Order: sequence, then C-alpha cells, then structure tokens
Amino acid sequence: MSEETALQRVKFYQTGTHTVGNRLMDEEARSVQSSIDRSNAITSGHRACQGCGEALGARFALDAAMRSAEGNLVAVNATGCLEVFTTPYPETSWQVPWLHSLFGNAPAVATGVAAAMRRKGRAATKVIAQGGDGGTTDIGFGCLSGMFERNDDVLYICYDNQAYMNTGVQRSSATPPAARTATTPAVGDAPGNVFGTGKNMPLIAMAHNIPYVATATVADLHDLEVKVTRAMSMSGSRYIHVLVTCPLGWGSATNHTILLARLAVESGLFPLFEAEHGAVVRTQKIRRKVPVEDYLKLQKRFAHLFKKGAEDTDRIAAIQRMADANIDRFDLLGERTAP
Amino acid sequence: MLKQLEGSAAVAQAVALCRPEVVCAYPITPQTHIVEGVGELVKSGELTNCEYINVESEFAALSVAIGASAGGARAYTATASQGLLFMAEAVYNASGLGLPIVMTLGNRAIGAPINIWNDHTDAMSMKDAGWIQLFAETNQEAADLHIQAFRLAEELSCPVMVCMDGFILTHAYERVDIPTQEEVDAFLPPYEPVQVLDPADPYSIGAMVGPEAFTEVRYLAHRKQLQALDLIPEIGSIFKDVFGRDSGGLVHPYRTDDAETIFVAMGSVNGTIKDVVDAERENGRKVGSVSICSFRPFPLEELRLALEGAKRIVVVEKSLAPGLGGVLASNVRMALREAPHPVHTVIAGLGGRPITMKGIAEVLQSAEAGTLPDVTFLSLEKAVVEREVARSADMRHSGPTAESILKAIQNRSAQERSNVS
Repeated sequence: MSEETALQRVKFYQTGTHTVGNRLMDEEARSVQSSIDRSNAITSGHRACQGCGEALGARFALDAAMRSAEGNLVAVNATGCLEVFTTPYPETSWQVPWLHSLFGNAPAVATGVAAAMRRKGRAATKVIAQGGDGGTTDIGFGCLSGMFERNDDVLYICYDNQAYMNTGVQRSSATPPAARTATTPAVGDAPGNVFGTGKNMPLIAMAHNIPYVATATVADLHDLEVKVTRAMSMSGSRYIHVLVTCPLGWGSATNHTILLARLAVESGLFPLFEAEHGAVVRTQKIRRKVPVEDYLKLQKRFAHLFKKGAEDTDRIAAIQRMADANIDRFDLLGERTAP
Repeated sequence: MLKQLEGSAAVAQAVALCRPEVVCAYPITPQTHIVEGVGELVKSGELTNCEYINVESEFAALSVAIGASAGGARAYTATASQGLLFMAEAVYNASGLGLPIVMTLGNRAIGAPINIWNDHTDAMSMKDAGWIQLFAETNQEAADLHIQAFRLAEELSCPVMVCMDGFILTHAYERVDIPTQEEVDAFLPPYEPVQVLDPADPYSIGAMVGPEAFTEVRYLAHRKQLQALDLIPEIGSIFKDVFGRDSGGLVHPYRTDDAETIFVAMGSVNGTIKDVVDAERENGRKVGSVSICSFRPFPLEELRLALEGAKRIVVVEKSLAPGLGGVLASNVRMALREAPHPVHTVIAGLGGRPITMKGIAEVLQSAEAGTLPDVTFLSLEKAVVEREVARSADMRHSGPTAESILKAIQNRSAQERSNVS
C-alpha cells in the first residue's frame, strides 16, 4: 500500500485488534460512514439477509463514490441479489438515481448513461455500474469486456459472493474449487466444484489496460473506501472486485461475515492489489499468514472436506497450493512498506 | 432536396437530421450501410453533439441505447435478423421501461439455414415485444418514417422499429427527397423525457413488479399501442403539412373501391402487387391491394374498412409461422373475424426468393377460380420437396436437410425449372 492510503499511516495493531479507530486518523482520512454528511446511498430497510456482505460492501462503496462525486452520481445495476433486495417496489433503498435493465447488460447500459450525460451537458455526473459475480464474470462478461475495451467512463464494481445466490446458490465461474453449490453438490468421488477452472476477473480486467483495477473485501471497509475514492478520481473504465461473504450460500454464521473475508485475505486465497494501466502498483501484504483450513472450516460449503475420519487432505492441500501461488505471484508476504 | 441515393444512405441522412445524441453501431447485413452512413456524418463533424459508439454485440447496442435514453438522450441503433434475436431480451426491456428508442430493422431471414437475404421473419419474431413496428414501402417512405418515428416514440415514450426490406430497399439506389434541417426541426421538437436519471431528482427505474401490479403495467403498454393508432395518422398528417407528401399512416389502400379480390402485404412487395393490380385492372379484373404500414399497433378497424366489400382476401407475406401458416394472415383474420370472406395465405419471398408479377397474377387467377388453397407457398419447388421427403423417409441417416435440398435444386431437370413460377 502506498503512503497516501490511510491504512499505512496508522499501525492497526496499536489498538490490539485488526480494526483502527477513526479517532486515530486525520479528519480527512476518516471513514465516510463516520461523517454525518454520508449520503446513505443505500438506506436502511432493504431486504438483504442477516450478515449480508454485499449489502455492506455496496453501502460503503456507494457512499464513498457519492462523497467523491459530491452527490452527482447515477448507479446502474445488473439483475441479482443487490437489485432484488434493494427495490421491492414501491419501496427502494436507493438515494441515488438508479437504473436496472437486465442481468447481462449493466456495463453497456452504464456506457449509454455516461454518453447521455456528456451529450446533455452533464459531464460532471459520474456513472457506476454494479453486479454480482454471475452478472459480471458470466452473463455480463461480453458487455463488460466491451466497456473496458472502449475505455468508457464508468466505474464497475463487482460484488463477488462466489455463486448465483439470488437464484439459490448455483455455481458461477467465480465459485472456488471444492465448494458445494446447488449445481455442484457435495456427492460422488469429488464432491463440490471442480478444480482448475474459474475466471480471474481482476486479471482479465487488467489485460484490457484500463486505468484502474482493484480488489477489496468487506473485512477492510476503509480500504474499500480508499479504493473507490481513488477510482472515482480517475476517468475511463475502472474496475473494483469486492469479495463479499454470503452467509446463506457459504453456510457461515452471520457474525462471521467480516472474519471470513479477512481469512480469505490472510490465507492468500483472495489477494488484495491495485493495478493501473495493466500493471500492479500496490499490494496489501498479509500480516499473519493463516492456513486455508482456518478459512474453509467455518463454511458449510466446504464441510465435506473435513468429514470426521475422512478428511480430504489432498484437496485441502490443493487449495493451499492455490493460496501459496497467489502469495508468490503478488509477493504477499514481502516486506511491508514502512509508514 | 431530391437526391439519387442508396436506401441506407437516405435513412442515415434522415436519422442524422433528427439530431440523435447517442448512436450505437454493430455491423450486420443488410443494415450495415446505415450505421456506417451515420458514423461518417458524426466523424466528419456534419452531425454534431452525437456520441457514436461502436459496441461488441447487438445486445450491447440496444443496451447502450437503453442507458442513453434513460439518461435523457435521443438514442438510435439499427439491426437485422440474427442481430435482432441476439438483442431480444433488451428489445422487451426497452419497451417495458418505456424508452423512446428508434431502431431500423433491415429485414432479413433468420437461420438456420443461414441466409442474408430479405424476408420478414426477424420483425415477426418481435411483433409482441411492445415496440411500434412500421413497414416502409419505398426508400422515400423509409426515410420519412424515421423522422416520424422519433416524434411518435417520444410523444408516447415507446420505442419504434422502422422496418425496411433488406437489399430490396436498403441497397437500392433511387430518388429520395431528403428534407432540410429547418423542416425537420420544425416537425420534431427536442426530446423531453418523461423519466430521466438525474441526481437532482433521484428515483429508481427498473424495480421488480409482482403480481399485484404487473397486469396493470402490461395493460398500459397495450393502451399505449392503441393510442398510437390515433397518433400515427395524426403525425402523418402533420408530416404532410410540413413536407408536402403522404408517408406513413396505418394502411395504404390501392384501387380497392369496387375490388372483389384484395391483396394485403407489407413493405416493398407492394410495388410489385400494385403493378399487378394495374395490369389486371386493364384486363377487367376487379382487384386492389392494401399495404399495411403499421403492423404494431395493428389497425384492425382501418383494415376492416379497407377490405369491406371484397369477396376474398389474399395475404402475401414474407414470413411463416411453422405449424400454423401465416403470421400477417392471422392478424388480418382478426380484423375480419365477423366477415364471411376467405382469407388466403400466400407465403412468398422467403430468404430473398423473388416475388414476380407472374407469380402474383397466377395467385389472383386461382383465387378467383376458387382453387387457391388456404396456405400456399409461392414458387415452391414441389417436385424437389417431394423427392426429398421420399428420400429421407427411406433412411434414418438422411443427413442435413438444407444441404440436401440445395443439391436437389441444382440437379433438377430443365423442365422442372420451367414449371415453377
């Protein structure tokens, strides 16, 4: 992480926890959520499940974007949980102008909105598009790649909960190996999702040489805010991929939403990095590496790996190798930059 | 100003005169020259304040138009055939959201077998998607309908599809009167959206609607189409005041006054049919024709009145509902549900098959003689089809149909060739 991020200026362990109090920070670096001027872009009363990571991530991302845009923001949404739980009309949680068209076209719709804003003399209005992993890595992939290739002036945020949760937990191209979903059930010789497949959307985004790509999780919401703010300061196509825990789909306790997102990072399974114009510019180092078991064991979708007396050590080791490969690739255990 | 132009170029110029603010382009034959034409006008600076966006698919083309329209911009795109099917989900979405996008459809067949030539299967596939569908008879009308389409779409907040026959119109060079910018500006006011994404007045568009309100929303979409039945002739008449010519409207009856047989058709084939009508009138036959310009909304009452007094109706259509017969004919029958006339279906021009005056004249003769079947396939190679049916009945592994028919057509005798009209 660079010096200008708030995270590096304060040592987290000062407080004895992984969190840092806003009180320790400079006023301008404090969380958007701590301000009475926060926009409540997604206000309370929505229908997300208890412990929903997507509701949390979207709220922080949108409020940070609203602060950057000084309230001059339009949001486009793909079909999915976020769309459904925020707009059971006649109620809506959105305090920003919001458009939902289809499952697979949010990037293209956002391109159109941005073009309209320029032509209607409202070029200062910023456009965000958002979708889940299904809407992003699967059905919306073509439109997203097209938007990147044209470098359209849109910030796209993917809230990745690693499966089609809205339709009842089916596998997507972002579902991790061995995970149980409704379409990769925990039965047979190799229960759960297969190994060796899947799409790494942040790396694919980088391959388009767009101005900004970042990954984030709901374990570090301040980091998410910083990344959204940085993205909002740029123009052209920008992509942020946020890992969001789904207690329903992952079979996790609702009070483990933050913990699981942190373990995904600390195990190396979900590397945190930022890239500009196709090159990684910042990574977030792992402070205390944990074995992947610590992350997997808390989720029922991986329970078949830990059957009593029949632990699937081979596949747990394979997942560990994935985490280690990430750590090597992004140098996640390297020297932490001094504040 | 009168110009000698390709149909696509005429449409491109007409669209540009409507001052679109966002134009999305994706190539598909036979529509491509239109978006190329608009693109050149944008790039050269002739058409100002317009975003020309090259997208990666037709699905994206219409999706970008959806976003642009919801953002308050006048949006346009064009497609054909497979492209329309590829954007099908967005076609329904645009009308469901009530966005006044105008789209040209360069009518073309749908595969398999892949075929780039003209028929109306593409338009018929989206006939119930909630769009207004207008069919141009000539290139002049194609150009004029686009100017009317923007006004119609924006007055109703409903998307409009202007259908023009692929190649027959899109690629044909003929004389077209292209209006001046002043004339078009006088006819078409700036787009004033009924809903727009605006941070100063934020609301949500595209929320889920459950059983408690869905029927009402759909009813209002139907009602909008019924409103268009009044608005289309109204706009046609204002258009005539400004531009001095008849274009558009719901139906165009031709020599129907005392006609016993009336042909009904859509698009450019009406030119051929009118020539047959004229020729057969010379021979003393009481025949007329009706060209349907507005297919959606379908002008039930106007069509009923236009066909009143005829003894028989012959619908010549460039589409097929397999397992039923005609698509247009089924709609025409709805207009004549209380009338005693027979309504014959003639499936013609599929995949670009020429529709000749001779063929239409023969249909007229059989209709008058009472020998025209309920459903006829004009110029069908019956002997070839029968041999193929027999061949494939004899063996399980008979191979692909399309390729077998192509071979059989090539190998048929000269006498068989001359038998087909």
